[in-house]
Amino acid sequence: MDETALAAGFDATIAADQRIEPRDWMPDAYRRTLVRQIAQHAHSEIIGMQPEGNWILRAPSLRRKAILLAKVQDEAGHGMYLYAAAETLGVDREELTEKLIEGRQKYSSIFNYPALSYADIGVIGWLVDGAAICNQVPLCRCSYGPYARAMIRICKEESFHQRQGYELLLAMVRGTDAQREMVQEATNRFWWPSLMMFGPPDVASPNTEQSMAWNIKRHTNDELRQRFVDMTVPQAAALGITLPDPGLTWNAERGAHDYTEPDWDELAAVISGSGSCNAQRVAHRRRAHTDGAWVREAAAAYAEKRNRAAVAA
Amino acid sequence: MSASESHDTAYDSLTEDHGADGQWAFGTGIEDVAAEITSPVPDGVDPADLAQYCLMLGDDALICSHRLSEWTTNAPELEEEVALANIALDLLGQARLLLARAGHVEQAGRDEDALAYLRPELEFRNVAMAEIGDELDFARAVARLLLFSTWRLALLQRLLTSRDPVIAAVAGKGVKEVAYHRDYAARWALRLGDGTAESHRRMQAALDGVWPYVEELFRTSEVEVALTAAGVAVDPAQIRAEVDSVLDEVFAAATLTRPQRPGIGTIAGRGGRQGLHTEKLGHVLAVMQGLARQHPGATW
Repeated sequence: MDETALAAGFDATIAADQRIEPRDWMPDAYRRTLVRQIAQHAHSEIIGMQPEGNWILRAPSLRRKAILLAKVQDEAGHGMYLYAAAETLGVDREELTEKLIEGRQKYSSIFNYPALSYADIGVIGWLVDGAAICNQVPLCRCSYGPYARAMIRICKEESFHQRQGYELLLAMVRGTDAQREMVQEATNRFWWPSLMMFGPPDVASPNTEQSMAWNIKRHTNDELRQRFVDMTVPQAAALGITLPDPGLTWNAERGAHDYTEPDWDELAAVISGSGSCNAQRVAHRRRAHTDGAWVREAAAAYAEKRNRAAVAA
Repeated sequence: MSASESHDTAYDSLTEDHGADGQWAFGTGIEDVAAEITSPVPDGVDPADLAQYCLMLGDDALICSHRLSEWTTNAPELEEEVALANIALDLLGQARLLLARAGHVEQAGRDEDALAYLRPELEFRNVAMAEIGDELDFARAVARLLLFSTWRLALLQRLLTSRDPVIAAVAGKGVKEVAYHRDYAARWALRLGDGTAESHRRMQAALDGVWPYVEELFRTSEVEVALTAAGVAVDPAQIRAEVDSVLDEVFAAATLTRPQRPGIGTIAGRGGRQGLHTEKLGHVLAVMQGLARQHPGATW
């Protein structure tokens, strides 16, 4: 089949809202977009282990420690599923990891913010995982099969993490004054970066149109951001805390909340490297990967020896 | 394939009731065991001894779990991230049950968290093997885990018939878990011992480094003497031959040499089981207990 016919087949599959599978023909730009997005997503899971991992050893009860350790372990698992999805597009985990630690591929900017108190563990679950779920749930219907299937599993687990985070916050707001203050303070810090997780406003989002045409993306950044705000407001009220936006009000006409735009200059600055933890996160990942090289080499050498022995036998 | 709209509602899960731990990718290792923490102390058993023994087994698990948790975000490969966290979670689950049991039988109103977070160093009853640091040397993690889990598995297998129902139940759950931990460590000992020249050197050096802490694993404390007689505990001296033979098998397959190093002795007869620890434990507890101690009386 010539390329025109293949492209027509691809377009028909997309138009019918069917799935593209690894062996199907796909335009190079579609493949590149997916690799970029899936790799960025996988890297986010792995880098995202750091701010939470920062608190495992210090978790203030054994139950909270078990929950946090299990959550961070899940994130490693999510990274594995996503790297595996990327591998179906012809790029391997090692190659993508190299790009991450050389700063040639991005991860979600939210992880360039520090986790400074145990309330952050709850707020990361509630707001950051909450925003991630808003972004990711539509990806369960993404046109690329392996990515969509990975996302179904990930969303299920993420929603459980989010519930655990919210439950920690509920326990804390019912606790001491100091605990309530920690929750409010953490919310104040994470509210704006959480809104930024949906990406720039639609007017400034160059990739959205093509991604929506390919059924990779299903909603615009602003649609998802609005959905997140509308869901979060009653949850904040249930916690008895204030979202740090004086402009946040119900707009009966729109049937939605009006809210203040986050500081897009700050997002641009964090993306370009001036977030408080950018250098730290990448250096940590680079060190772990570099320090582990001798272990991976040993495993490969051992497997090679076993294979030779098996062939000789 | 058509759109699966039901996934659009995943965010609403905050308001749904999920009873089980089934949503975790790998489980939390905190499923209930069959026995009640509040089961009566078996006849003829001194509750103070039983509490101490539960602390020994529980602190071994808790402190070793802490050390394994230090690997989070530092492991050489994602599969190892998952495996090490999984092992840490298993041990944490064992520790929680054993500490809760200790708290119940000592009748001093302390729960698992009071015991984990508010005891000073001298009241911890773990062996030094649990507390020594890996210093992010993967060979060291493998060496310690191999020795610790081979020893703990042999203990737990004998504790399946303990007259204390909670210890027996923890052993029932723990035997399956620790058998996996030992298998994991043994497989890595093979890969590192018989991998590259560098990995062989590192693995042997790590084994040599932790070997002096083996001696204490087989030293019988007074509490263990009394409780072994009462059918509750196991005398660790009696499992030495079995542990040695398992280790020798692994060493041979991994081309490693059994270290010839003197064991670390006691100080005036005291070691970990009597609350006398290495300098490392204070640092572990400073990290582990700091936040909980900053907020006395808070619940999390």
